[in-house]
Amino acid sequence: MTRHPVASSIPAATVLVLTAVGFAGYVLSGAATPATGATPEPPPAQKAEAARPAYTPPAESDIPEGPFGDMIRLGEAIFHDTQRNAKGFVGNDLSCANCHIDRGRQPNSAPLGAAYLLYPAYRAKNGHVNTFQERLQGCFRYSMNGKAPPFNDKVLVALESYAYFLAKGGPTGVVVKGQGYPKLKAPEQPADYDRGAKAYAQHCSLCHGTDGQGQKSADGQTVFPPLWGARSFNWGAGMASINAAAGFIKANMPLGLGGSLSDQEAWDIATYMDSQERPQDPRFVDSVAETRKRFHDQPTSKYGLVVNGVLLGEKSPPSGTVNAAD
Amino acid sequence: MRSMAGAALLLLGMSALPVLAADGKNTTANAVPPGAASCAPCHGKQGEGQPATGAPRLAGLNAQYLERQLAGFKDGTRKNRIMMMIASDLSDGEKKALASYYADMATPKSETAPADAAVIAAGAKLAATGDWSKDLPGCAQCHGAAGLGVGTDFPRLAGQWAVYIEKALQSWKAGDRKTDPMGVMANVAGKLTDDQIKSVAAYYESLPVAAPTPASETKP
Repeated sequence: MTRHPVASSIPAATVLVLTAVGFAGYVLSGAATPATGATPEPPPAQKAEAARPAYTPPAESDIPEGPFGDMIRLGEAIFHDTQRNAKGFVGNDLSCANCHIDRGRQPNSAPLGAAYLLYPAYRAKNGHVNTFQERLQGCFRYSMNGKAPPFNDKVLVALESYAYFLAKGGPTGVVVKGQGYPKLKAPEQPADYDRGAKAYAQHCSLCHGTDGQGQKSADGQTVFPPLWGARSFNWGAGMASINAAAGFIKANMPLGLGGSLSDQEAWDIATYMDSQERPQDPRFVDSVAETRKRFHDQPTSKYGLVVNGVLLGEKSPPSGTVNAAD
Repeated sequence: MRSMAGAALLLLGMSALPVLAADGKNTTANAVPPGAASCAPCHGKQGEGQPATGAPRLAGLNAQYLERQLAGFKDGTRKNRIMMMIASDLSDGEKKALASYYADMATPKSETAPADAAVIAAGAKLAATGDWSKDLPGCAQCHGAAGLGVGTDFPRLAGQWAVYIEKALQSWKAGDRKTDPMGVMANVAGKLTDDQIKSVAAYYESLPVAAPTPASETKP
């Protein structure tokens, strides 16, 4: 049962959303709080989105020549094919571009440039001010179920350069239109696992497989990313939060048909997907119960809850499964 | 490996194959199925297709995909007059046998004059990244980075004839082909301009049919 945080409690909602990983983290920061209250208004999240400044990343042809341009292009290559270009830091079958469509350019798909504009920033997730590089480290640790590249490792420098390039012309410290994933209104009916399973079979399994394990082509390359299981993102990732997943799904799935699912379907599918076992949260402490208490004590996380007789988190595959030989 | 073995058998001589079938045992996947005589005039004895007319290359396409196309021709969800007649004459068993026969072939690609390099390059770019100003995913996002296809629903495109790919995309666009699950191809084809169709078609024709040997697998 999922209750999505809405207008009634901005601070609570902020904490919840900030706790979610993913660049979705700052949906409610800055300009998000409405100041007027006289007339009936759309929900604050939608209203805030309309009031945000628009911003468009520069064209690919604007990447400069020379060493800096080369670094930007490397960042783009890492983003597009993380498997091949950031080996040694990736512990699953995903690429950045799986959850950040169009190589991090697509609005409402947590675009990379819009995220860059919001760092450095305090994050409740780790309780201190994070640089953009540290934020990227989190992606490798959680979403990629891998290892964080060391500060100033070429992988991070390249990704930072690419993000900086995409952010060109955007206002720093300001949430721009299309930043993060859209914040959906609470579903009309409580989000439901069984309805989600049906909708998944209808709209998602063609590509991601009936078992959520994705699909590879004949050369062994992942084409459709696994959504759960040992080769997907781990329990600490933003996409493991039902609200982030629902927003992503609504805006971007099925690929090329974004916006075609109802909000209810997006919530149901997100609930189904995020009620499956996946690699352990790398912050695991003592027990599943203690780990839930510290990091997942929200209605948007199923970690540590029993779904279909399974205590999620109890039999999670290991986190950070990067092969030393990579 | 299976397809390599199939190709080797074929090279050893077709005459050996009917003997296998005549044993009364299970015909092997490599035996020439009865219906193949209706396919060969256009698709070639080795399933190589015809670059000029756009009769598609069948060799190496997924068997279930091929079977579904035959069913589509028969029931009209994939409109093609000649193929409808041929598919209507085939029993389900024959369809199955033909599909796996061509799926197992690893016929080399015939040499054709290469298309304009700039057109191929534009196709390569579009295939890899799509055009998200139109919410258009790249072809590779479903058919694989090397165009080798994925599973039973996303056919191999690498080495397919450009004339065929162009016709196929125009058919999706015109609604003459409705065999795509969830209407995925109608969606993308409808967003492609004629120039984009030409460029991705030229790009896929230019690709090798065989998978490049994967760089040393480093699986955990």
